[in-house]
Amino acid sequence: MNALFAKTFAFLDTEPYRLVIWVVAIVSFVALNAAYLVWVERKGAARFQRRPGPTEVGPAGLLQPVADGLKLMSKQLIVPAGADSMLFRAAPLLVMAPVLMSLAVVPFGRGVTALDLNASLLIVFALGPINLMVVMVGGWASRNKYAVMSAARVVSQNVAYEIPMLLVVTTMAMVTGTLDLNQIVQQQSGGFWHWNLFRVWVNPLMPVTFLIFYICMLAETNRAPFDLAEAESELVAGAYTEYGEMGFGVFFMAEYANIVLGCSLATVLFLGGWQSPFGVMPGLVWFLVKLYFLIFSVVWIRWTFPRTQFYGLLNLSWKILIPLSLFTLILSAGMIKILRALS
Amino acid sequence: MNALQEIYGGFKSLLIGMRITLGQFFKRTVTVHYPHQSLKMPPRYRGHIELVGNPETGKPLCIVCKLCERACPSGCIGVEGTKYEGDRRKTVTSYELDFTKCSLCGACVEVCRDGAIRFSRDYNLAGLTKEEFLLDLVRRFHAQQEARGKPEIRNPKSEIRSPESGASAEPKAETATATLNLTP
Repeated sequence: MNALFAKTFAFLDTEPYRLVIWVVAIVSFVALNAAYLVWVERKGAARFQRRPGPTEVGPAGLLQPVADGLKLMSKQLIVPAGADSMLFRAAPLLVMAPVLMSLAVVPFGRGVTALDLNASLLIVFALGPINLMVVMVGGWASRNKYAVMSAARVVSQNVAYEIPMLLVVTTMAMVTGTLDLNQIVQQQSGGFWHWNLFRVWVNPLMPVTFLIFYICMLAETNRAPFDLAEAESELVAGAYTEYGEMGFGVFFMAEYANIVLGCSLATVLFLGGWQSPFGVMPGLVWFLVKLYFLIFSVVWIRWTFPRTQFYGLLNLSWKILIPLSLFTLILSAGMIKILRALS
Repeated sequence: MNALQEIYGGFKSLLIGMRITLGQFFKRTVTVHYPHQSLKMPPRYRGHIELVGNPETGKPLCIVCKLCERACPSGCIGVEGTKYEGDRRKTVTSYELDFTKCSLCGACVEVCRDGAIRFSRDYNLAGLTKEEFLLDLVRRFHAQQEARGKPEIRNPKSEIRSPESGASAEPKAETATATLNLTP
């Protein structure tokens, strides 16, 4: 029976079918996550403020994302007069693409990777900044002063936070000696003391490195307390001010998709990916547990800290995160050299 | 060194903040789920006025002296009554309150010698038409009596229809007095 099953569906592992399955799987994973992270966010926010949150649509408000989606889809798409209509329409399309492409190389489990590249880490960071460029394009094309201000903020915020993020990633590439996310996960097998987060013999500041990565991830995904690009109290909705209906919905989904991607990377780079913390039963489940814990922390941070001011945001990056991450980079380079010389 | 200390102190304070919010996360909710639950109003809450009944007979205490009608600065009260045979006093048959004009000043309650009117604690008073605020307090009184299961004393002059047809029917009053039930 099993053999028959395997024989019948063997064609699924051949090229065109495999591709289709992965595209469908990743798109639905992203869409479901984006939709239900909105629910998680609202429920989480409510719980942190001791409210019940959405309760009316479906059991425990579980159908709320469906209702929101239907509402957004029933709205009219308006291109404001004087806006660059082509860029304005293209921005929501472009904002999702890099995230979906990046998720193709993320190892969700043993062998559960759409595209097994040996430079997957590089791919993710090559595609990552496109998302923010698109937010800038959308804001600029709206021809709205708030959107343009937001676009300017996005650029300076990104220039500031891309640097410590990449320095941290360089550190990780040096420590692991590879750019292949699959190999990085495999190196961390055995138990939680093998995770890169606790590799203190290579770099005693590894937990600090993780924190820098996490903070940069928050800033890159425009999440509170670094959500200056859509600071609703000063910039209406920032770059999304002029977007209505699903155009706005797609930006919103892309924000959550980016959180999923950022947290997946944090999981893979520092928390052992799909490796089990006790050395038993490694697999997809552990990856999802770690991923959703990190995502919960994102919500937790959002509803704990107020939004920073812009100079605070830039000061944090240029005065604290960049020196610290440079220091960890040099420190781990030195430590690796010493360890090599000893062995 | 000072800068490092500052970073460490700042980071520690962030963690303390996160611990506090996580503590709140697991506590029970403090909100009232409004259309499903509502708060019980405090005793001195001023809703629109309502008739007070005699606890023994179940009849309204009002003797139709019309002091309230005259005391009302907005002229929003209209009281009518009849004297039944054998009775020593008049019985109220219709007590019309135009709540669109009432300013809840309480002059009517103060002037009443028999304590026959008081403020209700009904605050669910939103309505779609002006007519919903022309309240017949006698009808409301009887609807309340019926809801409490007291012996029903029908007044021949004032018809009692189903509570829903009343301007301010009992179900509304009941939601106002429903106790706050907090779900953990």
